[in-house]
Parts: sequence; structure tokens; C-alpha cells
Amino acid sequence: MDSTETIEPAVGSWEATIEYYDGSSRKALITDIETPFPDGKLIVSRTDKAGVITHVNKAFIYMSGYSEAELIGQPHSILRHPDMPKLAFHDLWETIENGNKWHGYVKNLRKDGGFYWVYATVIPNIRGGEVVGYTSVRRKPSRTKVERAMEHYREMRQEEKS
Amino acid sequence: MTYRMTVSPDFTPEHISGWYIFNTWFQKTLGTGIHLELYDDFDSQRKAIEQDEIDLIYANPYDASMLIREKGFRALARPAGKSDEAIVAVSADAPVQAVEDLQPGMRLVSTADPDINMIGMILLEPADLDAASMQANMKQVDSYPLVAQKLLRGEADVGFFLKDAYRDLAQLTRRNLRTLVESQIDVIHHALLVGPALASRQDEIHDALIAMGEDARSRGVLEAMGFEAWVSISEEDVEFMIDLMDTLC
Repeated sequence: MDSTETIEPAVGSWEATIEYYDGSSRKALITDIETPFPDGKLIVSRTDKAGVITHVNKAFIYMSGYSEAELIGQPHSILRHPDMPKLAFHDLWETIENGNKWHGYVKNLRKDGGFYWVYATVIPNIRGGEVVGYTSVRRKPSRTKVERAMEHYREMRQEEKS
Repeated sequence: MTYRMTVSPDFTPEHISGWYIFNTWFQKTLGTGIHLELYDDFDSQRKAIEQDEIDLIYANPYDASMLIREKGFRALARPAGKSDEAIVAVSADAPVQAVEDLQPGMRLVSTADPDINMIGMILLEPADLDAASMQANMKQVDSYPLVAQKLLRGEADVGFFLKDAYRDLAQLTRRNLRTLVESQIDVIHHALLVGPALASRQDEIHDALIAMGEDARSRGVLEAMGFEAWVSISEEDVEFMIDLMDTLC
């Protein structure tokens, strides 16, 4: 596994800087331990218009490694893995802010630094004609498509660096 | 005036009489005529909906979305402790052990149940299978016992079931089938919806449903339908379910 800007290599884990599209960044512990997506489940969350988490289901809590209390009120980007290109999330926000459905393969970061791959769909929640927030549903992805996404995201990150 | 009520055709055969008992109770409670029309298949029920022939419906989540968004229906209640879950099953002696073992070209059998077919296809995605790639090998039959029959006769390799219908299969049939994967979505469920013709009585209908089970007679009606109780469903609950269905389509 490669990540952007490895800072403190250590046995089995390292610290990486996660850069967001708005120019902000944070450091996080990363490991190469993958948590398999549980068969038959959906990971569901809802956010407000700013992307702040307002609801999570049990599968979300289990897969992310955070407690519900740790998640509610946090930006959804708490799950952002450094292997994901910034542009993927820019595309997501541009799509949903225009009132459309976005879907794609996403590598998410767990609290313990591990990761899990999902096939994510995000839609705007429209009430009375207004977008009031977003619902995101993640399901178990095809491994073949994850491998294709890994390659694609690697290329995108290279372009972002250059 | 006589109103018309219907039930999503995925009801289990053993609860047909329960719906007639419910209809009798409902008419007495509301003091109005209600005709219960049970359709044999999803197509004929959908035609009746399109022609605005339905005033009350126990709808599956897929149809509920359409009825609320396009036909001005309102969801009032859902059965307690029940959610719509799909089972992907194979014959017990089939070589496949996991969804990922399923190969393109395998034969799929299902009913026309729209939400179970949608959830079932999602459960097949990890095997790189989708509706487009499966189209040539998909067969639809009229009921879940027929889905089981096709699997047991070797006329299909994998089948989709509504979980409740799978549980209601004869024990011997179930013993000869094997579950590959079962959905655990929890938040998608059937609901009782009222149409615009009954909009002025929706509070009364809601209160009557929620109060079911408080006396021995209505408790018996619930039992005949296989329900523990009706629980309220808020507008936001319904909107959330519809949003969720949208993400899965």
C-alpha cells in the first residue's frame, strides 16, 4: 500500500498527512490492515448540507471503528483515506450539490488506521424542494472493480502531485 | 362509498385469510365499505395503481416510494419488528459456497417482487454480476415456492427470496436449499398507505391501527396477519426510506 507523504515509518503502521480539497489537512496513523465488508449489510449515514454527520447505522459504527458519539457532529471526511485522490471528493461534492446522485468506489480510513473498500452512493435529501442534507449508502464492492479503482486512483494521485 | 384496499402480492399464502379478517375489522372500525382486492401478480396490481383504483395499500418499499412521490399517498404505519430482507439461495448440493463463487452464465430465478430483486442484485455485485449481465439467464416465476421448485429441479442455479417467504417454505423444501447470503438492511419495510380519497380520514385510520392489539379481538386480527402490532411511521421515516431506496436503484 502506498500513501501520500509518509512521515514516520514504523513497523506495520505509519503516519500520513491527509490533504483535503479545500486546502486543509490532518495527520493520521495508517496501517495496511483491511477490514472485510460484512456480507449482506449496508453502511448508512446521513449528513447535513455541510457534510457533518447526523446519523449512522450499526454497520457504519462497526466498520469505521468509532463510537456513535465520536461520529455524530464530525465531518464525513473523518473517513478520508490518504490513498484517495482529492479530485474524487471534489467530483462527489460537485455532483450532489447539483442535486444529482454520485456513486463510486471508495477506500475508507478506520479509526485504528486500517481501511475498508466500499461501493458508495450519495444522494441529496430533498424536502419541500430544498436540499437539507445527504444520505450515503455503502455496499460490498466487487473485488475486480476495487482493483481497477486502486489503479485509477493511483494515477489520479500522481497527477495531483505533479 | 366503498373504498378499495390491496396488499403487495408478496404476502405469504398462509396470511391471505388474515388480510380478509383485517378488512372486516377495518370496515367495522371505520364504519365504511372497503373492498379487499388481492392481485395475483405485481403487474396487475401496478395497472390498478396506475388507473387510480386503489385507496389503501399495504405496499412494499419499492411501490411505496412511487405511491408517495407520484400518487399523493401517505404512509401511516408499518408492522413492528419486520423489515424487508432478501435471501440469495442455491440448492443444498450446489458446489458454490459463497456469492463470489457465482459465475457469469449461471441461471437466476426470482419473482417480480421489485424490492427483493433490487436487493438480490446488490447482493450479487461482489461476484461482478448485475442485471445487465444476467438478463439472458433470468427467469421470473409467480411465487417464492416456485423459485424453490426451480432450484430443486436443477432448472436454475440461484434464486432470490423474501426472507419471510423463505422461512414459510415447507421444512423439507428449506432443508434442500442453502442460503448463500442474507441482507441485513433493517430500515426498508412494508407500510400501510392511504391514498388521496381517504386523506381526510388518515388520522382516524392511523389511530385505529396503532390501537390494534389493545383488545382481544384486534389482537386476534393481528395474529391472523402474522403481525405483533402496527407502529407509527413519520413523514421523515418514509422520506429516509425513499432516499435509501433511491441510493440502491
